[in-house]
Amino acid sequence: MCGIAGLIHRGKSSNVGSELQGMLQALKHRGEDSTGYALYGDTDGKNFIMRFKVGENVGEGSSSIMEDVSVYDERKKVVDQTLAEMGAKVIKEERTLPYSLRYEIDYDVKDLLEFSQRIESIPGVEILSMGKSLEVIKDLGNAKMVCDRYSLDKVVGTHAIGHARMATESGVDIKSAHPFWGYPFSDVSVVHNGQLTNYWNNRRVLENKGMRFMSECDSELIAVYLAEKMRDGATLEEGMKASLTGLDGVFTYFVATKDSLGMAKDTMAAKPLVLYESDDLVAMGSEEIAIRSVLPQEIDTYDPFDGEVKVWQI
Amino acid sequence: MANLKTVSKKSKAQSMGMHTEVLTGRTQQKFFNPDEAENFYYFGTYDVDFNKRTELDVKDMTAPEANKEIDNLMSQGYGTIVIKNPQGKHSLGVGILNKLNLIFEGSLGYFGMGSCDGPIVRINGRVGWSCAENLMAGKVVIEKNAGSCFGAAIRGGDLICKGSVGARTGIDMKGGTIIIGGDAGAFTGFMMQRGRIIILGDVGINLGDSMYDGTIFVGGEIGSYGSDAVDAELTSSDQDWLKRKLKVAEIGENFDVSKMKKIVAGKKLWNYDNLEPTEKKGAI
Repeated sequence: MCGIAGLIHRGKSSNVGSELQGMLQALKHRGEDSTGYALYGDTDGKNFIMRFKVGENVGEGSSSIMEDVSVYDERKKVVDQTLAEMGAKVIKEERTLPYSLRYEIDYDVKDLLEFSQRIESIPGVEILSMGKSLEVIKDLGNAKMVCDRYSLDKVVGTHAIGHARMATESGVDIKSAHPFWGYPFSDVSVVHNGQLTNYWNNRRVLENKGMRFMSECDSELIAVYLAEKMRDGATLEEGMKASLTGLDGVFTYFVATKDSLGMAKDTMAAKPLVLYESDDLVAMGSEEIAIRSVLPQEIDTYDPFDGEVKVWQI
Repeated sequence: MANLKTVSKKSKAQSMGMHTEVLTGRTQQKFFNPDEAENFYYFGTYDVDFNKRTELDVKDMTAPEANKEIDNLMSQGYGTIVIKNPQGKHSLGVGILNKLNLIFEGSLGYFGMGSCDGPIVRINGRVGWSCAENLMAGKVVIEKNAGSCFGAAIRGGDLICKGSVGARTGIDMKGGTIIIGGDAGAFTGFMMQRGRIIILGDVGINLGDSMYDGTIFVGGEIGSYGSDAVDAELTSSDQDWLKRKLKVAEIGENFDVSKMKKIVAGKKLWNYDNLEPTEKKGAI
């Protein structure tokens, strides 16, 4: 089933980590195999923030193969070595969990594609996000469990999207969890509720054009599809509108960039979405109770119609 | 055009394109004969006094707890119940099978007022997916917008949304009336079998797709027609009925119904007789 939620504050920052946790926790009945956050925090914009993993969560319910922590340490060493070879300076390093790391990197990156390919050529290593504002945090469990594990409740920023997942199309693991980074574009992330039926056809076409897939989750296609459109010069909104016919199946998805948040709904309107929009805040989720967790007072909400695409700026 | 005051009951109904609706009356006569009333026991119903009024704050209740408390209040004879702070909770007010004035001061989530038979409900907010699904009788008025599958499979009663509704409104409906003050999404009236839908605003693609019977009236633009949905003549009887219905529904009273479009089933896709199994049994 899955549940998605997102919000964008216009003209100010807020405690988006805590707000999104409340929204996603309200949707936990739609799936709690894994939960993911794409948070756009307040930063000075000088350094890149790279969230990456060197292994999987092999806790209860996981479909991943158990590995020793020493394997993770070894992979981390290779990542550090590769960064040094590329001239990237690690300003700050956080290892929240043995398999999950956050680096602030000072590097004049001209081509994130080449950079990402070098890092991800290390077996077992996957970049979850790369950007000057975006941080993707995803792990097994419900929203509160992931929030507590990564101390996300104090994150301040302008906007965020998130996903509560019931695994149906692929395994219970971090690589299949949402949000997906819009590789290789800085600060682009996607969450999706639905099923895409032309995943493999699209994947073959996109891989032949040099795009990369890290999982076998159909939702990853949306991030790659939009990234490819933008690589070819389309705006985010143009790419989203093209996806209404380019992607087959049922879907409601959110996409976020450094300064914007968008939603798209398929032409059959088979997946739910409730939207609240005011001058200073847009909040949306699979169900109204998600919005109610940040706006308990009586408000006007509505369901976007079939084939609708909307984009908001901060 | 037919004159409602002079024509027979049968031709009056037929002129409005609602000939199958007459069967509803026959069904009621057959199975709800007052002389046999003692043979029928409607489980879970109460005699309530509309003048006996109370309020219920459900802010800190789960949906089952809130519904149980509504049931408890009805068992005490309360006929007017005001629900405070519903806050988008799912499945509130389901399964009420007797007369009741129920007022929600706020919005409901999924499946609000599902499987009801008789209550008069006013929701001063929005409703989520599948509001009033399987409604048998009564009236449900929503002051703001509604989600998808609004009035799915209803068999009777009036379901009124003063705002806009999502996709698949009236899917599989078998009777009753749905009135929308704003716009409606795709697949409105999908596979509807009886009843009427009135939309004052625009409607999305595939209107009335695969509908078996029933009538859809649209005041605005139509995205596209679904399979087997066709235009029909809007008669003066239709207009009279629309005016009355909109007035009673407190919605679009001054709306120019003469410009509405009437959509019915082309009846090329299916082959069924219009008797339900119980009716067929009675006829035999």
